[in-house]
Amino acid sequence: MMKVIIKSRTTTVVILLMLALALSLAPLFVLKGAEFGGSDEAGSQMVEQVTGGQYQPWAKPVMETIIGGKLSPEMETLFFCLQTGIGVGILAFCFGYLVARKKYAGGGAERNRINP
Amino acid sequence: MGYSKAERSVLTVLCVLALVLFLSRPAGAMHIMEGYLPPQYCVAWGVVCLPFLVLGVMSLRRTLKENRRLLILLAMSGAFIFVISSLKIPTFFGSSSHMTGTGLAAILFGVTSTSILGMIVLIFQAVMLAHGGITTLGANTFSMAIAGPMVAWFLFKAGNKLKVNRMVTIFIAAMFGDLFTYCVTSVQLALAYPSQVGGVAASAIKFLAVYAPTQVPLAIVEGILTVLIIMGLESISSGELAGLSSPKSAEPSADISFKKGKMEGENDESNN
Repeated sequence: MMKVIIKSRTTTVVILLMLALALSLAPLFVLKGAEFGGSDEAGSQMVEQVTGGQYQPWAKPVMETIIGGKLSPEMETLFFCLQTGIGVGILAFCFGYLVARKKYAGGGAERNRINP
Repeated sequence: MGYSKAERSVLTVLCVLALVLFLSRPAGAMHIMEGYLPPQYCVAWGVVCLPFLVLGVMSLRRTLKENRRLLILLAMSGAFIFVISSLKIPTFFGSSSHMTGTGLAAILFGVTSTSILGMIVLIFQAVMLAHGGITTLGANTFSMAIAGPMVAWFLFKAGNKLKVNRMVTIFIAAMFGDLFTYCVTSVQLALAYPSQVGGVAASAIKFLAVYAPTQVPLAIVEGILTVLIIMGLESISSGELAGLSSPKSAEPSADISFKKGKMEGENDESNN
């Protein structure tokens, strides 16, 4: 199945990581001063453009209803970080668990799976 | 090498599309915002999601009942979506957006299970952040947690059948799963807001123009990250992944869970 046997796993991982980082961070340095705005707003503006006129959203975000106003950018960062944090926490815990399990189980059955 | 003829043509079309669209309008977006979809569409998309979600609950329960150890992989798949969809990433088009991260779960657990994981993330974002929305939850669940994963799962299966290098397969599956999510979002918006001149199609192109340029580079990044995490999982949790790495595994329960999706009958084929 594995026609292309990659020489070293570590090399592949490093190359792929660098590629992902480059792809996601390079624009910051290439496009100096760009706003990198967008996200949901662009799609919503498009709705207005297509319908020709001001579209009135018929519901407001839950959080805005509760606090009675727009969520400030700082608070939005807080919640985004919370989301990342929860995810990274679980991922890190599980990876740690699995790595330790492999280490202390003596390897045995867990080994020899990759590129048999 | 790894690409089939069909894949290559899809890729070409997408590249051309991305280029053309890039010239027209740079912007990025993700979910449909709260209140931006007429009520009847919200209900309709919600109803479409229901069977998947119900199947998802059943599928998850069965998976965990059969093999409790898979809980850790499930948690990681969900966490991966949490992380990936919280990171807004800049692109060369001066806009930013985030990825979906649902490819991993789709590959490991199938489409219906992924729909549950994806919806949890969408609810989190809709309630805590003004991102997506409760009214548009159905539509967003369909695009991000059902349609995208479906493409990812299908491409992964196809790649396996065609004996394409597995990492390449995973990359393609995750990447196109992500891209397809945005295609569906565009169509959803277009259905609700057909253009006065060209109807739904013209409108769909317009919405695609908003999403596509931003999403193509991000889809590539998502493909890479999914490959990386599966490489990591392979080296430390091959027991759980047994069904994924070799169908002839000594762990039948893992094998079944891996097949979840809906192809229960396919088990026999891959066990040969």
